Amino acid sequence: MTPVPRLGDDARASGWDRSADPEKDPALIPDPATTDVPAQLRKAIEDAMARYPDSRSAAIPALHAAQELHGWCSPEAIEQVACVMQVTPAYLDSVASFYDMLENHPVGRHSVYVCTNISCSLRGADALLAAIGEAAADDADFNVRSFECLGACDIAPMASVDGVYVGPLSIDDVPQLLDDARSGRPVLPDKQLATRLVADPRANSQQFPPHAVEQGSSR
Amino acid sequence: MLLLKDIDEPGLNTLPVYEARGGYAALRKALEMTPADVLSELEASGLRGRGGAGFQMGKKVSFLPQGSMDKYLVCNADESEPGTFKDRELMQKNPHLLIEGIVIASYAAGADRSFIYIRGEYVLQADVLDAALAQAREAGYVGEQILGSDHSLSLVVHRGAGAYICGEETGLLDSLEGKRGNPRLKPPFPANQGLYQGPTLINNVETLSTVPAIMTMGAKQYAELGVQTSTGTKLVSISGHVQRPGNYEIELGIPAREIIYGLAGGPPVGSEIKCWFPGGSSAPVLTPDDLDVPYDFDSLAKAGSMLGSGAIIVVDDSTPIVELALKVAMFYRHESCGKCTPCREGTNWTVKMLQRIDSGEATPMDLDIMASVQDHIIGNCLCVLGDAMAMPIGSMIAKFRDEFEAHIEAARARAGLTLGSVPADEQALLAHGTS
Ligand SMILES: Cc1cc2nc3c(=O)[nH]c(=O)nc-3n(C[C@H](O)[C@H](O)[C@H](O)COP(=O)(O)O)c2cc1C
Ligand code: FES
Repeated sequence: MTPVPRLGDDARASGWDRSADPEKDPALIPDPATTDVPAQLRKAIEDAMARYPDSRSAAIPALHAAQELHGWCSPEAIEQVACVMQVTPAYLDSVASFYDMLENHPVGRHSVYVCTNISCSLRGADALLAAIGEAAADDADFNVRSFECLGACDIAPMASVDGVYVGPLSIDDVPQLLDDARSGRPVLPDKQLATRLVADPRANSQQFPPHAVEQGSSR
Repeated sequence: MLLLKDIDEPGLNTLPVYEARGGYAALRKALEMTPADVLSELEASGLRGRGGAGFQMGKKVSFLPQGSMDKYLVCNADESEPGTFKDRELMQKNPHLLIEGIVIASYAAGADRSFIYIRGEYVLQADVLDAALAQAREAGYVGEQILGSDHSLSLVVHRGAGAYICGEETGLLDSLEGKRGNPRLKPPFPANQGLYQGPTLINNVETLSTVPAIMTMGAKQYAELGVQTSTGTKLVSISGHVQRPGNYEIELGIPAREIIYGLAGGPPVGSEIKCWFPGGSSAPVLTPDDLDVPYDFDSLAKAGSMLGSGAIIVVDDSTPIVELALKVAMFYRHESCGKCTPCREGTNWTVKMLQRIDSGEATPMDLDIMASVQDHIIGNCLCVLGDAMAMPIGSMIAKFRDEFEAHIEAARARAGLTLGSVPADEQALLAHGTS
């Protein structure tokens, strides 16, 4: 029987499986006098903090901003956020290790989230993920990962490329998808979710009387 | 059509087009009434929550304590139930409808601070909301003394960072407070002690987006839509093996067949439906025998499933049930926050047992163990994420047991194992289910 790790790579409870070093003193709240924080990042974090009654609510937006700058939630990134928010690095680490979009390891700067949840996998997502993974394998600029349902099962199988939803994708789309992302062009413009109309033709008031349902026609 | 009316109108996401179509008239009407009268309208409408649990919205508002204190309204826009994509459509194409609904609901609830917790993956939708919110603020629909009334409301769009559990209302609150999204012990319920320990009303995007229509039509007329215990219209996200996947607005109570075949075109030519999830992947699966069940909260519950988030996933007969079960279980294992043992371990064990079935290492008695693992999860955790795996997996084992057994046999044969070859010590371990 092949041993299965107690918590597979995919288990959410990760973040608990990293062992602590009991010899090391806990990191303190960084001293603003000795911690360098890029001005732009500082401003983004302070703006976020000002939006909430309790400034700690800004943890996720602040980590997002730091990740944008550093590429991932590196110890340096966490240190800078901790300095501006005046919380411990450990607190931010607990947050960063919980959420899928916050990276705890260095990754390529182009993120490609391929949805492999039910509706997408029923329509070929696993083969798509394999194809994208293979095509981008030698390019360190890409962070290709499988993702849970991205809320776009109507365009299954789909992916989110640097935050832009595209689908339905076929394996033939893979080269252009990567090329577009690499060169900073809009990714697969014809397949972007942003251009999709609602599937229900009756929803389009130009074609159907808008009160069709109110009159009970669908009963 | 209430929610999807004019949905593809160009520019509907901007204030002038929204106003030209009668937008924010419902808010004006509400502000001329007393908050108590608005609340009675919401109660009379019979509107039930569209996020999953189907709790009466008006009743939830009435649970908030009276008196002056900091009260909050949080819109749940985390939308991560597999198969669900209706809130995305509403926010992207008609953001002002949601904002108007939030302002009206906050007036009824006496809340003066509000948040939209939107999943971080919805970048476009969050940007659209931010732009719409800036316009609404500028026009005086959000902010201090809205439209000259005594009611003030701040609204912040808060982007999450990818975690299904942050759709669960108390996990959402912890996440919004800047922590890991672990659910809280209930009671106290959010209506008493929610965000920052203050009374908090939490509703789904679609629930809140329905509020303006109720104000415009009047609760009485709204309640005439649908069926008695499930009033109004509902957005249904339909996906999987259908010809026309997408969002459809239906009147609650129409037969599921009409949605799956009539609107979405049924499964591809040449294949038949094997099973379908009526309300996201957390809902127990139904079979083709159930296609004539009316699509409403109580009828689906009576049929042994639930309406959930209103997401129908259709699975055709080409899909092995074990593969489907594994996909479902892996999702919940990945998304379990790890706080409660039955959920953390139960989801992990279920995945491992399904993998054993697939690799030919399982025996038929594993099915009973797996079913009992599901029974031990249900009702034993802080939130229902574990139940949300246990219910569909349990339903698959119950309804497709023959196929599970055949799969086990076929996989064993492929692996060169026969039933008699399981060593005695391993059989004993399997019987305990704790190896
Ligand atoms: C694991 C889990 C995930 C959930 N995800 C969502 C979600 O993504 N969106 C949502 O509106 N409700 C979700 N819910 C339901 C919420 O807890 C809550 O019932 C709902 O937001 C209340 O709003 P409503 O009454 O308007 O439906 C989830 C519940 C659980 C247990
Ligand atoms: S299953 Fe892929 S977007 Fe929902």
